[in-house]
Amino acid sequence: MRKEPLIPGIGVVTDIRRDTPDVKTFRVVGLDGKKPFEHIPGQCAFLSMPGIGEALFSITSSPTNTEYMEFSIKKCGCVTEWLHQIEVGQQITIRGPYGNGFPVETDFKGKDLVFIAGGIGLAPLRSIINYVRDKRENYGKVTIIYGSRSDDDLVDYEEIKNEWVNEPDFSVYLTIDRETPTWDGHVGFVPNYVKEVGLDNTATAVLCGPPIMIKFTLANLQELGFKTNQIFTTLELKMKCAIGKCGRCNVGDKYVCKDGPVFRCDQLNELPNEY
Amino acid sequence: MMKISLKNLPELYSFIAKKNDLYLPIFKAGQVDFAKWDKDAIVDLNKLKTTKSAKDVFFPQSQDLVRFEVDGKKISIDEPIMPTNKQVIFGVKACDNRSFELLDMAFVEDYPDTFYEMRRANTTIVTLACAKPDEACFCKAYGIDAADPKGDVSTWIVDGYLHWMPNTDKGIELTTEVKDFFELDMDNSAVENQQSEIRAIIDRLPYSNIDLSKFTPDKLLELFNSPKWKALSEACLGCGTCTFVCPTCQCYDVKDFKTKTGVQRFKCWDSCMFADFTKCAHGNTRPSQMQRYRQRFMHKLVYFPSNHDGVYSCVGCGRCVQKCPQMLNIVKVIKTLGEDK
Repeated sequence: MRKEPLIPGIGVVTDIRRDTPDVKTFRVVGLDGKKPFEHIPGQCAFLSMPGIGEALFSITSSPTNTEYMEFSIKKCGCVTEWLHQIEVGQQITIRGPYGNGFPVETDFKGKDLVFIAGGIGLAPLRSIINYVRDKRENYGKVTIIYGSRSDDDLVDYEEIKNEWVNEPDFSVYLTIDRETPTWDGHVGFVPNYVKEVGLDNTATAVLCGPPIMIKFTLANLQELGFKTNQIFTTLELKMKCAIGKCGRCNVGDKYVCKDGPVFRCDQLNELPNEY
Repeated sequence: MMKISLKNLPELYSFIAKKNDLYLPIFKAGQVDFAKWDKDAIVDLNKLKTTKSAKDVFFPQSQDLVRFEVDGKKISIDEPIMPTNKQVIFGVKACDNRSFELLDMAFVEDYPDTFYEMRRANTTIVTLACAKPDEACFCKAYGIDAADPKGDVSTWIVDGYLHWMPNTDKGIELTTEVKDFFELDMDNSAVENQQSEIRAIIDRLPYSNIDLSKFTPDKLLELFNSPKWKALSEACLGCGTCTFVCPTCQCYDVKDFKTKTGVQRFKCWDSCMFADFTKCAHGNTRPSQMQRYRQRFMHKLVYFPSNHDGVYSCVGCGRCVQKCPQMLNIVKVIKTLGEDK
């Protein structure tokens, strides 16, 4: 018999890392100790605790990681509150992968890539950034612009400062919204920083972050000469099924869960402004 | 064709119910809805429209998905209980019968819903022609023929007899099992006369020729951005009645229920008309009732056709026309937005 798509499998949380005061990264394997399933960067999975609820998260680890899957999760609702208080060894349910993912093997191949993220928006981009690191020969120069409220709120800071900045042909620009005594780097909002770092407008840009950041960054990228068909973003709306049936996540005739979550901005512009 | 006297129907029901869950329009608590038949049930085949549509038979209002047991940090998943019973649904009208094809597009294409799929496979549909369509009916606008509903078996009630005609393998199988209850019916004229009468009534109904031509996927943005939605939706209470009586509304929720020994995860009908339907931790994409109202009709008239070869997700049953407490309905939307300019 065919497997019912809404029925999940079981995963085990084998590591929990505190990234920021309200973001933790959870490492998950199946009951057999192996990675729960294969995915492509930008795809998502449904995690749940029976009795608490089920919620969709982007898979933050790269598909090139063959051992486990990681999810960077910000505490902001019922399921995430629960996840933030669990301990290593806790079992959860997991189903997926869902969505189209980034076109890493087609549109992005051979291109210079600019990744622009705000706050927890780094989670889906970390998957593709590490994928690009592991398949370095397939892609051109990489520029990363990442900002958050404060230096405490930079997700995955250890990996960024110890690994990404040392990667050949990687330029990493970090910024925080307001000065803090512990930060000696750039201060300012992401959309403004995008205009200051000297981006090459022939690159392909990938954005993820809060709607307000996306809105202003998009405008500034276009001012720099980026065309909408060079800019990709990933959306997140309320979902219950992730298979295009429960009726929540559509933007016009497209379902974020199965037609997205990754959209090219010129495609997004043809959809109703309801996201 | 075969026929059976209406007074012998209880024996037929009883026979079918031995091997199948038999669903019929049954009067209960002041209204007629499709429900499982038993010998005390008050069957009402004359009711033109059941209050709720027939979709529960395939897409129940609540469907258990799976049961979990939680023990400390450990979770176990019980084998799901699949709907294996054979079912017969008897007395389905042409509009509801068409709705099953639309639900198939929603639930069986891409990631098939196995519960729905099994129920569809296990069910034989016996349709019944609408002897007297009413003024809220507009199935004709969607090319549906209420005089000739093509279920696995088609039936017509004329002059004290139910006339019976199998159309599919499933229909022939059921017919073979029940043939002893029937007499041969060599003269089709009674049915043909009724069909002409039904079609004549339908031609005179006020909404039969409603113009859908403006609702095409290429007009998606134009229709979405129409300033008319505001006035159209102003009186909407967000009660969700339209979605619950609608044969094609498919939205659902997935919820957990803590039992004494574990957690039952189930799927249940939900409504895009409800304020918290799209609300999540980072906000709500459809915060106003206007947006929710627009979503429901855009889905039926534009989004669904865009994803399914131009097919509208409405069958013209008219339930929303009759049940909306504010007299808002799809006909009003079609007329208002379908007007020129």
